[in-house]
Amino acid sequence: MSVPATDDTAHGRTGRGMRLTLRIWRQPDAGSPGGMHTYEVEDISPDMSFLEMLDTLNEALILRGEEPVAFDHDCREGICGACGMVINGQAHGPERTTTCQLHMRHFADGDTIDIEPWRAAAFPVVRDLVVDRSAFDRVIGAGGYITVPTGSAPEAHATPVPKPDADAAFTHAECIGCGACVAACPNGSAMLFTSAKVNHLNVLPQGAPERETRVLDMVDRMDEEGFGGCTLTGACATACPKGIPMPSIAAMNREYLRAARRTGNRS
Amino acid sequence: MATAATNTSTRSAPAAPPARTPRPPGPSRPPRPRGRSRGGFLRTLWSSTIGKKTVMAVSGLVMLGYLVAHMLGNLKVFFGPDEMNGYAHWLRTIGGPVLHHEWFLWIVRVVLLAAVVLHGVSAYQLSRRGIAARPVKYRRRRTDYATRTMRWGGVIIALFVVWHLLDLTTGTVNPRGQAGHPYENIVAGFGTWYACVIYIVAMLAVGLHIRHGFWAAAQTLGVTRPGAARLLKATADVLAAVLTAGFLAVPIGVMTGVVN
Repeated sequence: MSVPATDDTAHGRTGRGMRLTLRIWRQPDAGSPGGMHTYEVEDISPDMSFLEMLDTLNEALILRGEEPVAFDHDCREGICGACGMVINGQAHGPERTTTCQLHMRHFADGDTIDIEPWRAAAFPVVRDLVVDRSAFDRVIGAGGYITVPTGSAPEAHATPVPKPDADAAFTHAECIGCGACVAACPNGSAMLFTSAKVNHLNVLPQGAPERETRVLDMVDRMDEEGFGGCTLTGACATACPKGIPMPSIAAMNREYLRAARRTGNRS
Repeated sequence: MATAATNTSTRSAPAAPPARTPRPPGPSRPPRPRGRSRGGFLRTLWSSTIGKKTVMAVSGLVMLGYLVAHMLGNLKVFFGPDEMNGYAHWLRTIGGPVLHHEWFLWIVRVVLLAAVVLHGVSAYQLSRRGIAARPVKYRRRRTDYATRTMRWGGVIIALFVVWHLLDLTTGTVNPRGQAGHPYENIVAGFGTWYACVIYIVAMLAVGLHIRHGFWAAAQTLGVTRPGAARLLKATADVLAAVLTAGFLAVPIGVMTGVVN
């Protein structure tokens, strides 16, 4: 099955589509050693998403009686944060988006693509490209909430929120917890994720009562989970599909130092 | 949300494996007690990654302040032996008659030693932590110039400081090494090619270190306003360039014969 690699096929304008060599990390489970395995795929349309390209591979693997490649995915529209893999050394690949919204037109016919899971001690591999990101859930559980009695929703205008604060909160609330920041960081640091969650609530009046405990507890938890420290390389903010800005980290540092000063003086 | 990560469906692979990938038992830790039992401010700082970065930022700024004064003092070498040696003598009399001869210098040395130790220990611990947080490397690694030069640059600078003290403070490795005659020691020291090479490499490392370090210190201490952040980034570039040029002026002056 040889497909001539011409310019036409590179742009997918013929019926045959792109032909790619994939080098994918395969690991049966957390306890087993893993390794890169090479696969060839053909008939890849440039309009396919990266995950659809992997679906094509998996269909072929199933027909051959092999184990399909396991990967996380859910909404496939870039809003849930479930998908994520390191493509050619970049979290979510060459475009600033989620893997599900990355399209094959950003690759050329004949390319060799390396696909690896997020690599971090705090994100153990479950299988192939699936990693366990529950460390993020535990960071959220340490303070990424506001303590209010549940029940009927409060009147929206009861607590006035200045427009700039609302905008800042929303910028940080965009974080979908995909983990690309940790995957991209040379130190496997979760500072961008944690700062998004801390700042989201700390700039709002609803988050004010727990402003100090929130940042102290979430940073404590982040450290306990085995994430590395921040060296301000900016790799996280470059990889973030939601554009959480780099100054978010400085804002959390400020919150942390303020909280440490206040609680330190109290005790 | 991060909770979506638990939805490990394999829609693309309906046959096998089972629809839900079995999850390994995650690291289960007992929840933190609600009543926080924290130590004081400094203890809180030393126990967290953000706190250790804060220690690095403050100790780094202390050393940076010293470097500015040191570089300006070095330029005295261009005004001849009398002015340079007189300046060196004056440094030993600062604070007198309240402070005894050389006490001011010793206070500065103790503060600098504390800053170096705190900076180095924090950097070592954070580096170890960062390396442990990425146990399996990526096959195609995007090389990160800034971090690599910070860590190795820091080691180079630390080794240089040891050599520098043996050269121009104790005079042990200086070809002349006569106490009280820094001008003559400088001229003799930079008369050897290896001294110039060591010095130039170290000063370039210092420049790179300051360029990233000053800006990083500002971020660590929580500078968030975009205008201030831009100004500090520009300040970092200027400081790095001026300090490197100022420090390099001395060996270049000796090599070109301007200082002899």
